[in-house]
Amino acid sequence: MSLDLLTPEFLIERDRNRCIDCQVCVRQCANEAHSFDAEEEKVVSKDEKCVACQRCVVMCPTHALSIRRFPLEFRENALWTGRTIKDIYKQAATGGILSTGMGNDKPYPIYWDHMLLNASQVTNPSIDPLREPMELKTFIGRKPEKLEFKEGKLITKLPPRMELDVPILFSAMSFGSISLNAHKSLARASQQEGTFWNTGEGGLHKDLYQYGGNTIVQVASGRFGVDPEYLNAGAAIEIKIGQGAKPGIGGHLPGEKVNWEVSETRMIPEGTDAISPAPHHDIYSIEDLHQLIFSLKEATNYKKPVGVKIAAVHNVAAIASGIARAGADFITIDGFRGGTGSAPLRTRDSVGIPIELALAAVDTRLRDEGIRGLVSIISASSIRNSSDVVKAIALGADAVYIGTAALISLGCHMCQKCNTGKCNWGIATQDPNLTKRLNPEIGAERAANLIRAWKHEIKEMLGGMGINALESLRGNRLMLRGVWLSDRDLNILGIKAAGE
Amino acid sequence: MLLREGEIRIPSGCAISGIMNKKGQVFSGEDIIKSIALMHDRSNGLGGGFAAYGIYPEYAEHYAFHMFYDDVTAKEDVEHFFHLNFVVDGSDRVPTRKVKGIGSGPEVWRYFVKPKEEKLSELELSEDDFVARLVFEINDTIPGAFVVSSGKNMGAFKAVGYPEDVGEYYKLEEYKAYIWTAHGRFPTNTPGWWGGAHPFTLLDWSIVHNGEISSYGANKRYLEMFGYKLALQTDTEAITYCFDLLLRQHKVPLEVAVTALAAPFWSDIARMPEDQREAVTAIRNLYGPLLLNGPFSIILGSRKGMMALNDRVKLRSLVAATKGDFLYVSSEESGIREICPDPDTVWAPKGGEPVIGLLEGEETL
Repeated sequence: MSLDLLTPEFLIERDRNRCIDCQVCVRQCANEAHSFDAEEEKVVSKDEKCVACQRCVVMCPTHALSIRRFPLEFRENALWTGRTIKDIYKQAATGGILSTGMGNDKPYPIYWDHMLLNASQVTNPSIDPLREPMELKTFIGRKPEKLEFKEGKLITKLPPRMELDVPILFSAMSFGSISLNAHKSLARASQQEGTFWNTGEGGLHKDLYQYGGNTIVQVASGRFGVDPEYLNAGAAIEIKIGQGAKPGIGGHLPGEKVNWEVSETRMIPEGTDAISPAPHHDIYSIEDLHQLIFSLKEATNYKKPVGVKIAAVHNVAAIASGIARAGADFITIDGFRGGTGSAPLRTRDSVGIPIELALAAVDTRLRDEGIRGLVSIISASSIRNSSDVVKAIALGADAVYIGTAALISLGCHMCQKCNTGKCNWGIATQDPNLTKRLNPEIGAERAANLIRAWKHEIKEMLGGMGINALESLRGNRLMLRGVWLSDRDLNILGIKAAGE
Repeated sequence: MLLREGEIRIPSGCAISGIMNKKGQVFSGEDIIKSIALMHDRSNGLGGGFAAYGIYPEYAEHYAFHMFYDDVTAKEDVEHFFHLNFVVDGSDRVPTRKVKGIGSGPEVWRYFVKPKEEKLSELELSEDDFVARLVFEINDTIPGAFVVSSGKNMGAFKAVGYPEDVGEYYKLEEYKAYIWTAHGRFPTNTPGWWGGAHPFTLLDWSIVHNGEISSYGANKRYLEMFGYKLALQTDTEAITYCFDLLLRQHKVPLEVAVTALAAPFWSDIARMPEDQREAVTAIRNLYGPLLLNGPFSIILGSRKGMMALNDRVKLRSLVAATKGDFLYVSSEESGIREICPDPDTVWAPKGGEPVIGLLEGEETL
């Protein structure tokens, strides 16, 4: 093997005055960055193994460890950055596709940070959520065009829908890509906070059927774990056409992560790679999608809403319109910053469009066609905090999915190595020594806390705008103003510039 | 340069008042002027207006168009347009007198028209739908022309000025109506355009309104899906269309419309009997985008009666009273006692609880 040209990404600094050579770091690091030198009777570290997951830093009882970016810098070059050069070294050494985890980390514009919210002053009063009711109840599902009454009684029957106490759901992350304990945490948190979690494409573990009332079961191109029992176990079904992190390609789970539990849940042999086809092989067109939607409705006796998830791509508005007309009850749009357990680097970093623009375009298009009232829109990807949620809803979303933020609440430190299966936080791994680090009870509590904290903050911001029910914010783009945006951006977002 | 209403959104505070006789007996505009004049300090001279029902008994079955014209071309264009679509059975300049508080404004004309039969059958529209469509078309496409009102046996009178001056300007003491509503405006910023004053009307509907609705953006974008063009960008316009959509287009009962616009809280809905809970849940689920959020008190007028309504947490004042066959509603109790010193009953309606006055024999507005 030729010389590895790579230099370490991170520098492990061990304060020898503090280190007591207790070997906690050795046991905590699945990447084997720390080891015990028996001859020297001391713990040593290998910088090149470190992924900056911060596990050892947090666990070290004497705070002897710190991790920094490796100080070696390539000669300054705006075009050929260190990252660009290292990618070439890696591909020159292996001949392979570069693989990565989590969402796009490139410095594309973050439109959330270019939109500002309104508040009431004088002409209408702000509302204090500590003293007045503040309603966030949200329904996801299809709606008829109008209600009909006969002799004062409602005669229109509403289609099935999901009822949420807060407009935030946990995004699809499959069992396999993340651990059972992570699934348990999200399922319990959903139940506690009156919202929903999504199985992702890997089926539903038998221990989690009890949370069916708060579960969205996903059907993706690999159809892993899909049978009638699974379809009927959840409160809703989501057909996954695409994912923001990797539009145009299917999910893949390396065989190393397929232990017997994953194997049983996905209904595939243990140790085999689970590679989802890029398209659904029964959906080559919009009319095929229509058939799948209604097959699933038939299979569940028209008792569950059936939604469709697509990646935000250039023509997203027209596609969403087609999906609405194909009979979907909700549409999930996943922006190009959406997270993933594993994706080819180039696809993740270069395919798709920002969710803010996609969401605005879809909402506008459906309104122009007069059909926005019929379907729900769930916006997914890059929601970092409660004000992002508020902005997404003002742009036109009915609710938002959070994935990365949810994992961070469980302890994820964003090292972007989910694809390696060596998650030291017990989240994106199936290694029993690692998964046991995530206690599902504590995980559920933390994820629920996050939802609750955001709920309080959303109420504060709503009240500030003089609004006491979330539906009055939905699509209310007058509550947004843009800063540092071009006229074209403002136009697509359908918002005015600050000061207008 | 200041933008005209419609090119910019202007929030405003206000005073409102309404009087109706349930037996349909008509009375002059003097009382309503006195009532709104007492609340002078609630407006700032940048808009006042009145709606009156029953004023044109001789043309009871005609659509009465009140028009503002900025110039002669606008008038010619509209009259040409009218002759294409309507049989025009009467027209004249709306009588006015010079009043110190009212500056120069548009020409005010009125027309009594019926849709041409062949137009209705050609477009397969009902009379109301046809007329509503033309109202939008005039406001949208004929520069310098604005439809002030377009209902049957009713009219709106409005201008930039204090409401009592507006009443004097239009000689409202000479009209007799069974329902009068009035409005005094306190806009936070206006270039002073007559069309922007209240009441706002469409067909028989008229709205006078006090408040600023935080949900305007959501309401507007929902209404636009049903073909409404919100030319003025005012809350009042949006509220009028909310009612028009629910009552005229979707034909839901009045109480359903009220539930949609000033919805009960989920905590209250949870305690309702099952039938009602299901219906109200469906209403909020479907018509949530029409919820009027933020402070408002409104008086909705129609040929069949009037309704006063507060936002669901009552962020604006509203008082109601009765005396014999008369129903009074006003921003302040003083506005009622000024003209009816000794009412039979006086009460402050709760937030979201409508005060409905129907003419005898009518079941809904």
